[in-house]
Amino acid sequence: MNKIHFMFCKLCRGITLLLGLSILTFTLMYNSPIDPITAYIGGDVSITLEQREALYEQWGLNQPPHVQYLHWLENIVQGDMGYSKIHRKPVSAIIGERFMASILLMGPAWVLSGCIGFFLGTLAAVKQGGWVDKMITWFAYLQASVPTFWLGLMLLIVFSVWLRWLPIGISVPIGVAAEEVTMADRLYHLILPLATLSIIGIANTTMHTREKMQEVLSSEYVLFAKTRGESTWQIVKNHGLRNSLLPVITLQFAYFGELFGGSVLAEQVFSYPGLGSTLTEAGLKSDMPLLMGIVLISAVFVFSGNMFGDIINILVNPRLQEE
Amino acid sequence: MFNNHRKKLVFNIIGTALILGTLIVLGIFLSDESLISSFANKNLTPSWQHPFGTDWMGRDMLVRTIKGLRISLSVGFIGAFLGAGLATILGIIAGIGSNKVDEFIVWLVDLFMGLPHLIFIILISFMVGGGVKGVVLGVGLTHWPILTRLVRNEVRNIRHSEYIAISRNLGKSNFFIVRKHLLPHLLPQIIVGFLLLFPHAIIHEAAITFLGFGLSVQTPSIGLILSEAVKYISIGKWWLAVFPGLLLVIVIKSFDDIGEECRILANPFSANE
Repeated sequence: MNKIHFMFCKLCRGITLLLGLSILTFTLMYNSPIDPITAYIGGDVSITLEQREALYEQWGLNQPPHVQYLHWLENIVQGDMGYSKIHRKPVSAIIGERFMASILLMGPAWVLSGCIGFFLGTLAAVKQGGWVDKMITWFAYLQASVPTFWLGLMLLIVFSVWLRWLPIGISVPIGVAAEEVTMADRLYHLILPLATLSIIGIANTTMHTREKMQEVLSSEYVLFAKTRGESTWQIVKNHGLRNSLLPVITLQFAYFGELFGGSVLAEQVFSYPGLGSTLTEAGLKSDMPLLMGIVLISAVFVFSGNMFGDIINILVNPRLQEE
Repeated sequence: MFNNHRKKLVFNIIGTALILGTLIVLGIFLSDESLISSFANKNLTPSWQHPFGTDWMGRDMLVRTIKGLRISLSVGFIGAFLGAGLATILGIIAGIGSNKVDEFIVWLVDLFMGLPHLIFIILISFMVGGGVKGVVLGVGLTHWPILTRLVRNEVRNIRHSEYIAISRNLGKSNFFIVRKHLLPHLLPQIIVGFLLLFPHAIIHEAAITFLGFGLSVQTPSIGLILSEAVKYISIGKWWLAVFPGLLLVIVIKSFDDIGEECRILANPFSANE
């Protein structure tokens, strides 16, 4: 009962946060210097002043902001996110399309950076104070100072320009019809953005795992295990992994936000057609509905990450089970 | 007073700060002479005369990078300053305010953490029309939540301590208590928080300038130099991207080190290690 109540509270808080974010986004949009009608018709000079007025009326732009907001929200809840002017398609259709491409990039990167980071963090904690630990820590700190896009550029220079092993960009080969693109082609073009995103994520997990693992290894029950004659590997397996895995998984879910931000940069560097590069394009070309749509999706994405983390914590953590 | 460990930290901080200072001074005093385009010198690979090579207009990349660094640093500085200032004010208000106020500010903190930083900055700088203003506001308005939480918790911890209760009983105003009791106590944390915000601010400035939302050609920060370099990477002009980025990484890492070292110094318990 307690658990359900706890989850319910989390969910309610999450919903207030999402509503708050939608208000914030709408306020920013409402106050922006870009006139939605001018942005929509673009350079079309054949539109008369009357037609403009009619459009103004039809879109409800003469209503007070809170009415407009409620209207906008109502549409979004019903799945209507507006119409993108650069793609000439409904925003929801574009997001649906690009979301899969982004998941294909972010999912493996998330798993890879989590596994490698967990491994390195454990290694560093076990060898605490030694040169392995120092190297891993130094590497993790260095990584925090490397801009994602620059790392991407460096990989591009080494693997695409010098070694010519991998393509320079774009998720499919040039000059091949969309239907003929094979899975192998897609994977081939996915390698570099994936590598960039994974490498950037490792530092975070490594440092958290190291800290948690050190905490466990300096505990009294580990000392007791040592006196019983357990080997280092046994201690890590029996005590370390069990106690540090859960907080690290929770943190890895909280990393969804950074992951999304990183994918915006990685997708831009490699011209990978996912949500991130679409967001950049929408922003640069003042495509408001598309921009707002992706911003809201990213908020939902971060929110679900936190939510999953909480749920897993509640379901798996034996300390919470007893209540 | 200082043991060896702390002495070493102080030396490290001074050393790193000297290097950074030199770079900034160079950025101010280097003449613009080598930035005049000369097509005789265009696209030179790195050499002793041009350690970072030259670009497609024959400009010396080392000079460009150092000058760009100064712009990146100033934008980062103002952004981080704005963020730290906002965090201090909101943190103190949440700390000494009523429960309702506190809850609201904690909710705001969660709200601003509910959107990826980069996307928030894109959104804000897009809304104010890009440029320096967009970047500074974007960076400042997105980097306050974590520090706010820290300041708020600290204030909550000490607000019921005796010296503050006595001060209150003596009839001192909230303003007096904040100025005379809270701020001096919080100052080290705020300074460290600011120093640690700084590298983040620089990275994010570079990132959104790279994407095209930030600074324009008139203000060639490192982010801009790198985004220009992209076009030339595929035709083998690697030095345009490698060296400016490398210098940027070194500078960010240095600021991060200074921040970390100050954090350890500011923590009295570390003296015993």
